[in-house]
Amino acid sequence: MSQKSRSGDLLPPDRGRDRPLLAVAAILVFLASLAGIGAAGAWQAAEGWTAQLTDQITVQILPGTGRDADADAEAAAIEIARLPGVASAEARGRAQSERLLEPWLGTGVLPDDLPVPRLIAVRLDSETPLAPGAVEALLGDAPYEVVVDDHDRWERAVTRAAAAVRYFGLGVVALLTLAAAAVVAFAARASLAARWDVAEALHLVGAPDSYITRLFQERFFMLGMNAGLIGAVLAGVVGYGLSILGGSAGAVFFLPRFEFGWLGLGIVAGAALVSGLVSAISARLAVSNVLKARWT
Amino acid sequence: MTTDPRDPDAASPQSAPAAVRFDGVGMRYGRGPEVLSDLSFELPSGSFHFLTGPSGAGKTSLLKLIYLAQRPSRGLISMFGRDSALIPRESLPDLRRRIGVVFQDFRLLQHLTVFDNVALPLRVAGQARASYADDVIDLLKWVGLGDRIDALPPTLSGGEQQRAAIARAVISKPELLIADEPTGNVDPEMANRLLRLLVELNRLGTTVLIASHDIGLVRSLGAPVLELADGKLIDDGRRAA
Ligand SMILES: Nc1ncnc2c1ncn2[C@@H]1O[C@H](COP(=O)(O)OP(=O)(O)OP(=O)(O)O)[C@@H](O)[C@H]1O
Ligand SMILES: [Mg+2]
Repeated sequence: MSQKSRSGDLLPPDRGRDRPLLAVAAILVFLASLAGIGAAGAWQAAEGWTAQLTDQITVQILPGTGRDADADAEAAAIEIARLPGVASAEARGRAQSERLLEPWLGTGVLPDDLPVPRLIAVRLDSETPLAPGAVEALLGDAPYEVVVDDHDRWERAVTRAAAAVRYFGLGVVALLTLAAAAVVAFAARASLAARWDVAEALHLVGAPDSYITRLFQERFFMLGMNAGLIGAVLAGVVGYGLSILGGSAGAVFFLPRFEFGWLGLGIVAGAALVSGLVSAISARLAVSNVLKARWT
Repeated sequence: MTTDPRDPDAASPQSAPAAVRFDGVGMRYGRGPEVLSDLSFELPSGSFHFLTGPSGAGKTSLLKLIYLAQRPSRGLISMFGRDSALIPRESLPDLRRRIGVVFQDFRLLQHLTVFDNVALPLRVAGQARASYADDVIDLLKWVGLGDRIDALPPTLSGGEQQRAAIARAVISKPELLIADEPTGNVDPEMANRLLRLLVELNRLGTTVLIASHDIGLVRSLGAPVLELADGKLIDDGRRAA
């Protein structure tokens, strides 16, 4: 009595046949993971920028003819600093403004009568908001022109751009998931056709459709998990590589700064699980539809 | 329940519905011509019948109707007293588990051992391997496959495959056993042995229907015979054999 103590798998192993599918699925997961990482990075970057932008505004003083612009700026800064919601205000002298203009105007000495605007860097108090239009009202009567740049435009633009990148990334992830599900559905049908003898034998000895469906579902869950692991690990490695290959390159691709700790492992495991589930569900639907159509 | 296989009605007390009942049944494959027509007969619970007829007469087709692999194109089939057309799809697996089938082409799974093939109905029914292992091995010894328990079907002779197929059909002691040429590939001595297995099963209460060309085999038991010719019943088994 040498018979083995374990029952043989009802579905014969399908290694060779599964390999191309595994490759396609792994590539899809890889691309989806990169898109996901990019979307997360864009979000992270935008949050950093907008946080910087919201706690400061810049006031430009355009010098009036025949006035000491530096002195005007100093005086304005002191007044602005007294406004509720302002933490500090610091006037930058002509020298500093000229330095800011260097990239456009060069390092040569500028003519004294060139009206270089003076800048006042205003740091806001994060507790009490500055009333809108307060600076303009304060300096409305002054004998020089005032331009308040509260970065609102920039902030909105940055937020909008980040959201666009994020939704684009999510859209790409959704499309790739859909593609993976379709590929698996196709493969599951092929697998069922190749193993129709098994399905029919089980059917005839009284196995409900769900029993047969489960066999394929389990197989495709494992396949999806493996593809997910491979794809997500590859994406993690590539993402990590790009992010340490110079911050500038990382910023261009909106790669978040990651530390490969538990979070990284969690993301890889999550991607594998999601990939397994998508694959299992897709195979389940495909197989049960075929069975329903064949055995009425 | 001890039944005399020669008397189909003896096994049919009023209370037990017929295992199988056909009423004016016709069948076609797809849009093809009717391969069976006007079939009316009944297999009382606990009875033993043969089904004969020349090749192409429709024996296998008739059996397919009984084991629910085909639907009739007209007429009424009732299984264990229920109109088969009214049985909801979800209940069909339960019904199938009450029916053991020996297929003319065996339908063994080529990648599973003889043991696993024979145990398949029990496994599908959710039984634990430990609870049936001894029964499976005993049955395999009985059909002369005691030394081929771990063999794969492609390595078996036709007769050995046939015996494995019979063992799979009877392992769960079904209420109804359908066998399509179950002795076509074995020598007369083994044919007799297998027939005795089916008679034994019948004695335990299983309704048996065996399709066979083998006139000697059919006559040997003196059981009632359904005879098909060209898709029609020319003998519904009620005539004294
Ligand atoms: N799947 C099928 N599709 C179409 N026609 C079929 C199919 N199976 C059988 N037939 C036809 O139905 C008729 C009856 O075939 P069936 O297999 O029932 O005969 P049989 O009595 O079992 O023959 P045999 O003794 O050779 O096994 C034949 O004319 C056959 O060609
Ligand atoms: Mg036949």
